[in-house]
Amino acid sequence: MQQISNTLERFGGVNLLPLLLAVLAFLLIGAPSSWATLTVAGLAMGMMLFLMASGLSLIFGLMDVLNFGHSAFVSFGAFVAASVLSALGGWLASDSITLNALALTFAILAAMSFGLIVGWLFETVIIRPVYHDHLRQILITMGALIVSEQIILAVWGGNPITVHRPHFLEGAWIIGDVSIEIYRVFAFLLGLAAFIGLYLVLNRTRIGLLVRAGVENREMVEALGFRIDRLFIGVFMVGSALAAIGGAMWAGYETLITPALGGEMMIVVFIVVIIGGLGSIEGTLLGALLVGLTANYVGFLAPKLALASNMILMIIILLWRPSGLRPAAK
Amino acid sequence: MQARQTYGAIGIKAAVLLIGGLLLFAPFLFQDVRALEVAARICVFIVLVASYDLLIGYTGIVSFAHTMFFGFGAYGAAILLRLMGPGWDAVILGGLLGVVASLIVATAVGLLSLRVKAIFFAMITLATASVVLVLASQLSQFTGGEDGITYRVPDLFKPATKLLLDDNGKVVKWFGVSLNGKIAAYYFVFFTSLALFIAMLKVVAAPLGTVLKAIRENEARAEAIGYRVVAYRTFVFCLSAAVASLAGTVYAVWLKYTGPDTVLSFAIMIDILLMVVIGGMGTMWGAVIGTVLMVLAQYYLRDLMGAASEAVSSLPLLPDLLNPDRWLLWLGLIFILLVYFFPRGITGTLMQKGSRQ
Amino acid sequence: MTLLTLENMKTDIGQYSVLHDVSFSVPEGGVFVLLGRNGAGKTTTLRSIMGLWKPSPGSVRFRGDDITDLHTADIARKGIAYVPENMGIFGTLSVAENLILATAKGQFDQNRLDRVQVLFPALKTFWTKQAWSLSGGQKQMLAVARAIIEPRALILIDEPTKGLAPSIVAAMAEAFSEIAETTTILLVEQNFSFARQIGRDMAVIEDGRIVHTGSMADFVADKALQSRLLSLSA
Repeated sequence: MQQISNTLERFGGVNLLPLLLAVLAFLLIGAPSSWATLTVAGLAMGMMLFLMASGLSLIFGLMDVLNFGHSAFVSFGAFVAASVLSALGGWLASDSITLNALALTFAILAAMSFGLIVGWLFETVIIRPVYHDHLRQILITMGALIVSEQIILAVWGGNPITVHRPHFLEGAWIIGDVSIEIYRVFAFLLGLAAFIGLYLVLNRTRIGLLVRAGVENREMVEALGFRIDRLFIGVFMVGSALAAIGGAMWAGYETLITPALGGEMMIVVFIVVIIGGLGSIEGTLLGALLVGLTANYVGFLAPKLALASNMILMIIILLWRPSGLRPAAK
Repeated sequence: MQARQTYGAIGIKAAVLLIGGLLLFAPFLFQDVRALEVAARICVFIVLVASYDLLIGYTGIVSFAHTMFFGFGAYGAAILLRLMGPGWDAVILGGLLGVVASLIVATAVGLLSLRVKAIFFAMITLATASVVLVLASQLSQFTGGEDGITYRVPDLFKPATKLLLDDNGKVVKWFGVSLNGKIAAYYFVFFTSLALFIAMLKVVAAPLGTVLKAIRENEARAEAIGYRVVAYRTFVFCLSAAVASLAGTVYAVWLKYTGPDTVLSFAIMIDILLMVVIGGMGTMWGAVIGTVLMVLAQYYLRDLMGAASEAVSSLPLLPDLLNPDRWLLWLGLIFILLVYFFPRGITGTLMQKGSRQ
Repeated sequence: MTLLTLENMKTDIGQYSVLHDVSFSVPEGGVFVLLGRNGAGKTTTLRSIMGLWKPSPGSVRFRGDDITDLHTADIARKGIAYVPENMGIFGTLSVAENLILATAKGQFDQNRLDRVQVLFPALKTFWTKQAWSLSGGQKQMLAVARAIIEPRALILIDEPTKGLAPSIVAAMAEAFSEIAETTTILLVEQNFSFARQIGRDMAVIEDGRIVHTGSMADFVADKALQSRLLSLSA
């Protein structure tokens, strides 16, 4: 047993899990074309989940702050983007790819700016007074989530809203008998870009060095002369903005959004960070891909189990590794 | 030796006694159907909120699965009442099944998450509860899905049942109230709730309560003194789950209907949170105050907001914000402010006031 | 000249009062040793100086400025370095990253880097290794190196010899003596045989109170005082 795990560790250890899952699914599904479609869908979903969850994980890692209101940024992102897209409906309808792309860019930028600004407000007004008090932190961020949901209901109403996608992301590529939706590829690439960006900032810059050190030992970084609380505002804003972008992408993916979106995604996002282990973006990526793939495979193989599948996945992984797959060292 | 109670503490206890008295005579004091509904809901929710307070107030850990246990108890009774017909055996067996299910799930969740980090616990309970909610609406052959289950309860509680007959063979009236099955059902709710509440008071007064407080104040130190924090927390989690489950059974008997919206939805979880925080965590009395205020607000605040919304209907956005459906918005804001400025809630804050020399 | 002054410091952690009344002054230059047994309040004293616990009442003055209410990071920027008991090494970071993190500007001053590498040659060998893979002694060296990579006026060191092999302790004593030529060290110890080698002035803390202050030479000479205050030299 020890030998097997050692060998596994040498080849990448837990990072291989998504691959293992894909192979297993391939054997169970049997039909390569369906498998390919599902895998693409799973990867796209995983990358969007990564966008939504990475901030939550880093915020927790750096400051021990668990923000139950995080999913509010996901739903705000979705609704802001939907509003921008619908306001720019003329551009979306035109045949010009430039106008199409511009509309999409504006929508994502709007969601992102919203996340940055409201994230800053949220951090200074809501979270700051309760930094070291977990109980009140959970209660207050939960209260903030309730208020945010109510604001969405008040502003956008309770009815589902249709999200317009830019023209050039509609449709699918057909390769042989495999059909791949373009939007999914786009979502995957955007998430991947975000991951690479985060990875480079964390591993190649001084701020990233401070964040990594802070996740490991906040007190020591402060004793070396750096204000973690100021760094934390930045991380919080970026994390919130990423969640909002994730929400915007999710809106385009679902094409029909309701105010319940935040609550639904909150559960999934939590499962992602629990599986991945809190505090590291590599862990979050791993958790997100596992959840995305599992949801799609199980949805195809045993639709009745689809909703419980995330939960089962979480229980299995927690039994195996109580702190998640790749938690940040503490 | 006990320190002399503050005037605030005496006031709170007097208020609780007054509430108890009002609830005891509720059928005679408030003679309309809605008021009796409100009174019964208050009874059940006092138990539910107090059992939650046992967890959050005495161990400092936050669970989002409390309605799940409430639901286990309610669905246990509901499903058996439908399968076995209206009898006490179904109620008791269903209640027991609910408690057993609650204990199993609580133990599993506790052992799975409490040994890592208390904060994991909040997330995992949330995930578990949401999956159970989804399952309840999917397994419609057992649970009736979104529509829930309607069933008949033991004959004693039928509105047509006559508890006392006068010489003419008619049902006896006291103070103008017929002593029928509805009254019996109310007193079933009232006395079971009272018994459960008193049992919980005994638990927190016992040595166990002292240990729990020690754990809440300082986990590391409690561990060092030799209390096994994880075991204790899991135990309290199970205890509070079992009581919540029993409250669910009582509520199911009272309502004669069980569905996701009445016993399982996340909205109820939020209600419980609001009640315990508004009332004051860690006092048990707070559960009574918080529940009464919140339930009354739920039933009567909306009317007020509706009126306010009408009044400002010409202004932009404000009518939407004052819409009676948006009452949670305002409660949420009050909740946040309370946690900031009065983390001890109404009772905790008042009980410190007016100290006597 | 006095570098650091603690006055009537009382520190509570949660509901427990750890320091009752701590006052002493650390003169500039040399090694000042704070002796005391486990639980006497040594670590809490250092943490209170660093602003990681806030004393109330009481004050900490550094070069004449009151630093009691400053943020930990600002206290560090005044020129105080802290080497905690657990060394506070960032295990997932490399040795080089651990050191460069401690520089104010994000780059090494070549002279200081050379000095660190001369003092602790082992660090150069493991320059790109992740710090968790170092031995206990090497971690301690890294922690001390991190404290002197920037010019500091005062270094607080918490029980650096705990769990280290005698040969490493000897090397450590040598390094401290050399560092003390340019930087004041406030050393917290219960290892008296180590402390007497390098200490110039000293204080003894017991149950959160300072019970003796004086020079190390006098203390070493006064056997009666030693046996009264220290049942801890073993």
